[in-house]
Amino acid sequence: MTETKDNIIVVKDLYKFFGDVKALNGVNLEVGRGSVVVVIGPSGSGKSTMLRCINWLEKPTSGEIWIDGKLMTSAPKQLNETRAEIGMVFQLFNLFPHLTAMENVTLAQKVVRGRSKEEAKEIAMQQLERVGIPEKADAYPRKLSGGQQQRVAIARSLAMNPKIMLFDEPTSALDPEMIKEVLDVMLDLASEGMTMVCVSHEMGFTRSAADEIIFMDEGLIVEHTTPDGLFNNPQHDRTKLFLSQILQH
Amino acid sequence: MADKPLIPTGPLEIEDGGISFSKRLNEFPWWFVAIILIAIWVFLIIFTKEFLFNISSEFTNVLNADQVTEQLQAEFAANDITLSSNAKITIKDADKKWEIEDGRTNYFIYAEDQSLEVFSWGEYGQAFDFIKIGLKVTIQTALTAYGFALILGLIAGLGRLSSNMFFNNLARLYVELIRGIPILVLIFFIALVGVPAVVDGLNAFGVWLSDKGVAPLAAVFTAFNNQNISMNARAIVALSVTYGAYLAEIFRAGIQSIEHGQMEAARSLGMSYPQAMLHIILPQAVRNVLPALGNDFVAMVKDSSLVSVLAVRDITQVSRLYAGSTFRFREAYVTLATMYLTMTVLLSLLVQALERRLRSND
Repeated sequence: MTETKDNIIVVKDLYKFFGDVKALNGVNLEVGRGSVVVVIGPSGSGKSTMLRCINWLEKPTSGEIWIDGKLMTSAPKQLNETRAEIGMVFQLFNLFPHLTAMENVTLAQKVVRGRSKEEAKEIAMQQLERVGIPEKADAYPRKLSGGQQQRVAIARSLAMNPKIMLFDEPTSALDPEMIKEVLDVMLDLASEGMTMVCVSHEMGFTRSAADEIIFMDEGLIVEHTTPDGLFNNPQHDRTKLFLSQILQH
Repeated sequence: MADKPLIPTGPLEIEDGGISFSKRLNEFPWWFVAIILIAIWVFLIIFTKEFLFNISSEFTNVLNADQVTEQLQAEFAANDITLSSNAKITIKDADKKWEIEDGRTNYFIYAEDQSLEVFSWGEYGQAFDFIKIGLKVTIQTALTAYGFALILGLIAGLGRLSSNMFFNNLARLYVELIRGIPILVLIFFIALVGVPAVVDGLNAFGVWLSDKGVAPLAAVFTAFNNQNISMNARAIVALSVTYGAYLAEIFRAGIQSIEHGQMEAARSLGMSYPQAMLHIILPQAVRNVLPALGNDFVAMVKDSSLVSVLAVRDITQVSRLYAGSTFRFREAYVTLATMYLTMTVLLSLLVQALERRLRSND
């Protein structure tokens, strides 16, 4: 094992092609334990694909991904075990509509972690309280607002006690007034020392929570720096252009 | 509970009401009312006793004594009815009500003021009485076959979506093979060729096993015998295998209708593919396809009539027997058609109610 212990995620020479479309063109990335990394970039730049490759929702065309010192492979058992350690929050929430908020949060705990019904419920309630909606435990997703659904989705991931949380544009499908409630939860998480990789264009969140920021374009990491460095001193023309476009309003 | 708009929309509401009334009139299912009325009418005919003739009240004692006397026989003969001497008389209510059971025909005798009135089931009633014997077989066949078809269909449906090349092709082969052959031909083929072939195969396997010295297990396989497998069982196998292929397509469509994000969310939590299928995808998919599954059950009840070609005594076969032996084709087939119609209409109502409930839950 050549990986240093501090890097909980190591991505090496990651390529991903969808037919002729080259979504990722050799991405290299190291994420330290407990750090918050925000990924920005224009649409189609491969941000989401990279995130989805990290927990193997997309199988890489080539390259290596190491999670907590273990190389990810397609072997089902190891894959399931590793995925349980990586929480993923989706743009469209992907709550299970046939289950209540509580059941959404308890199901994987019971099925994957093998926890008892009571234990799972207790942990689920803690997580629902943490995201601020314990009173919605018995509500079905369709009765919840977008912001509430996303917070249940975060609780669902957190209940598995993951080592890493991946956020794939968690606020881009939300009405403006609901964005804050989700970002607040994410800020809390960041301050508690969770390792987070977020694809997000919420610049306020990026400024206050991100340790590192990555700018991607055309399947490559163009710039990997601190938020300060990016906003005040972008190195590449492509980055400058992108920032000028998203920050001018 | 629809919320009333805060601002009253007067003229619009009046127009709305007008539209909805004529719309309701246009959309009202008159055809359905007609079907129900036809069914009720036929059942009234079936269940109304037909008045035959009067006999003298002198026979009260004879009937009470449970005796078929020559006088009684003569009285019946005078009305062109042969009453056999070993007909059985049941006293329903002494001095008032009797029932005579003579072979396939039942006579009902009621005491009136001065005489006794003799009734019998009308010809439709007799036909119904005879045909209803097959109801149990029809219902049993349809329910059992549907149960097996559900299991087969689910497995084949999952197989069609499997990334495993072997299972995928096997499932595809099964579905295409079955859907390309008429059901009637399949029933003949499976019952008279398929089942015997499988049984022979199992027997041969049993013999092979006993040669290898695994006697207890071998006994299980050699226990099958083609002569022991009834036509009813073969009919159930044939219908199950046939409908399994149809249900497979329903399950496949249902599973595919679930957003891909559901599977991704489940897998991202560490669930295996089977776990995600069982806990996340299937509950939603089955709920979506319940109406389609219900419709196929109705279709299967109708198609169960085809097993009559195997001489399985379902209502169709029994009707054919009745018609063949009495030449009362009209009575036999009107009754049969009404029985199927009643079953399918009731089942369709159930499916519709289920559909409405599912929709109101969304």
